[in-house]
Amino acid sequence: MKKHQFDVIVIGAGGAGLMAALYASKTSNTAVISKLYPTRSHTGTAQGGVGAALANEEEDHWEWHTFDSVKGSDYLGDQDAIEFMCYEAVQAVYELEHYGLPFSRTPEGKIAQRPFGGHTNNITGKPVRRACYAADRTGHMILQTLYQQCLKNNVNFFDEFQVVDLLVVNGVAAGVVAIELGTSELHVFHAKSVIFATGGHGRVWDITSNAYAYTGDGIAITMRHGIPMEDMEFFQFHPTGIYKLGILITEGVRGEGGVLINGKGERFMERYAPKVKDLASRDVISRAMYLEMKAGNGINGQNYLYLDVRPETVNKYAALDGRRRQDGSPYVMTGEEIIAKLPDIVDFARTYLGVDPVAQPMPVQPTAHYTMGGIPTNKYGEAVIDENNTVMPGLYAAGEVACVSVHGANRLGTNSLLDLIVFGKHSGLRAAEYALGADFQPLPADPTEFTRAQFDRIRNVQGNEKILEISGKMKTEMMDLVGMFRTGEGMQSALEIVRELRERYKHIPLHDQGNVFNTELINIWELGNLLEIAELTTVCALARTESRGGHARDDYPKRDDVNWLKHTLAWVKPDGEIELRYKPVVITKYQPKERVY
Amino acid sequence: MQVTVKVFRFNPEKDKKPHYEKYKLEAEPTDRVLDMLEYIKGYYDGTLSFRRSCAHGICGSDAMRINGRNYLACKALLKDMHSKKITVEPILGLRVIKDLIVDMEQFFTHYKSVMPYFVNDEPPPPAERIQTIEERERFDDTTKCILCACCTTSCPIYWASDDYVGPAAMIAAHRFIFDSRDKAAAERLKILNDQFGVYRCHTIFNCTECCPREIEITQAIGELKAAIITGRVD
Repeated sequence: MKKHQFDVIVIGAGGAGLMAALYASKTSNTAVISKLYPTRSHTGTAQGGVGAALANEEEDHWEWHTFDSVKGSDYLGDQDAIEFMCYEAVQAVYELEHYGLPFSRTPEGKIAQRPFGGHTNNITGKPVRRACYAADRTGHMILQTLYQQCLKNNVNFFDEFQVVDLLVVNGVAAGVVAIELGTSELHVFHAKSVIFATGGHGRVWDITSNAYAYTGDGIAITMRHGIPMEDMEFFQFHPTGIYKLGILITEGVRGEGGVLINGKGERFMERYAPKVKDLASRDVISRAMYLEMKAGNGINGQNYLYLDVRPETVNKYAALDGRRRQDGSPYVMTGEEIIAKLPDIVDFARTYLGVDPVAQPMPVQPTAHYTMGGIPTNKYGEAVIDENNTVMPGLYAAGEVACVSVHGANRLGTNSLLDLIVFGKHSGLRAAEYALGADFQPLPADPTEFTRAQFDRIRNVQGNEKILEISGKMKTEMMDLVGMFRTGEGMQSALEIVRELRERYKHIPLHDQGNVFNTELINIWELGNLLEIAELTTVCALARTESRGGHARDDYPKRDDVNWLKHTLAWVKPDGEIELRYKPVVITKYQPKERVY
Repeated sequence: MQVTVKVFRFNPEKDKKPHYEKYKLEAEPTDRVLDMLEYIKGYYDGTLSFRRSCAHGICGSDAMRINGRNYLACKALLKDMHSKKITVEPILGLRVIKDLIVDMEQFFTHYKSVMPYFVNDEPPPPAERIQTIEERERFDDTTKCILCACCTTSCPIYWASDDYVGPAAMIAAHRFIFDSRDKAAAERLKILNDQFGVYRCHTIFNCTECCPREIEITQAIGELKAAIITGRVD
């Protein structure tokens, strides 16, 4: 066992983790621990843009962005936090540009912006260009830029180290335990501040846009220490994943004029969202797609629809919508312009579908995409561990693993990258400030005791279960029963299945007994995390007897503000029982009203 | 269809020398080589080790040598291999740690050696720095790099001498040298004006041919050579 000591430890090297590290390292001795090389993090796959009301392309205001996000959240987002995020957004995007991020540009040389779902001019209700983009690889450029700046600022990195446990002493975070993947050696990181920035857990579901690495490690580690999870029933299904594979096709395709078409050749979103159509928020569009396919309107009656970005289609519907360019001329796109604005999408479609998107429509279906719930925090990234928002000293969370809550029941596109940079920055600043005035907690006598118990168990299993069979069953059942549409009966049966899978999980034998890059050992541990999260998600979803944002129930189809305008907090007790309590939503200016797009 | 996947195996805790294992499995033409490796690991041999994460060609984890050419395993589809026999080996020129996992430290050391970060110490304006569409376009191609190492480990010059900074690091340098906002072009060009820098590139084009991001790498290196010789960046 090796020991290290740092003022601030950041776990995860995506956008939130690197932003936190960049800011914390200005005043504190900071280290980043990541199971991947930092540039492999999932932030890199984000495509379309980061939301900020720069008003570079047309009139816009951070207050409009705030209202759109509140409405997008189906009124479950905390409005003080959303105001903070949307106000800070403008400066945060300029900071990224000052760090060298190569944004695409307007003719005046400013940061270019495109329309995105749910982002509107609050007066006309029409889509507004708010997503600041770098072609269709905005996340890639954020990840590269932040990693580069961390290198410039000599941040310490522990790459390919899997954090597996949090150390809590006297109710205060004291550090973490990690496994060095190359050697299986245990490392204890003693710290004053611990920031979790470990991302989401979309690998619970079958059709997913999420990386293999997205196994909810941060949630699983912290909930084992009695920290509650907030709003775990809310998970986002993105409308446009590549058919069968789930690979993301950015909403930016629709921002540039692409439309969804059903098997009858209809632009069906006109019926579901008359004003903004294909640029309604994601929950609305995914549900509309589900209903179309259920009604037999899939392509050839199959379980997919077309996303059509051929120039003739784009221009036809742009003319019908009266869409115009900034100079007032009609919006007309050529194939070359589409390829230039969406090069990666064109590449994905050609590689994985054998389809050239400027000549043929792309087969798409909704794909599991984003974790709205997570470790509860306030707007400074401090973990708050009960319904009174009591801060746990030394513990922070930022990015997808955290629930501030700025996304509520449904996140708007471009607000995830924004969340990373705003709350990554503020958690880093706050963690460093706390570390300056705090002492190290004494480490427990045997800090790796729980870690060794977990991994000794996995190493010593006798049994004949298979990891792929258990994960496969979890994914398909969660997709069917705790996916885009849910019922009490379906979720009850999912709960029984997941609990049975958790039993079977204990009988997966470990074939690889070595210490060098034992990826099988880590994969089994990760599956354990996913199963616990699947159970927690289902329990929270069963209890919420309403439909709101990403949580849509056939048996309770309406939003119920009288009983359910509140956040779920779920504790996993030492005996495995799950306890649910609730806390109020923070409302400042915007009273809940019906959500129409 | 049935395919035979021949995989390079080496377990440093057991094996003195590497060997190959053959696995037969059913696969669809649209399956990725990564899908086949996952299947082998899941059903035939849990000890098989390789890196992967995003599985769609963006994170850069799973660079491998497949039928003699570097690919990302998640972007190599069976139908594009034009064969029912697939051979998977670790990328060349880096030390093999276990099976398909190589030691990436040297690769990242070269990357870090070229100042791969934006430098401009002038106080920034309150809003963004202005850059024209043309200035932005000048270095667009090299911003696409995902550091997968396909290029560097396909280069025979790099196989012969790992002191060579390699194409990936030069792509990183190019991305900043040709950025109108950056102020450290001269320093980076000085680093690359070295016997282990740009002059090691003999325009073999292996890098360009295998780049999963389709970056015109050899051309970018040529532009670096020209900038060093002329002292001009344009």
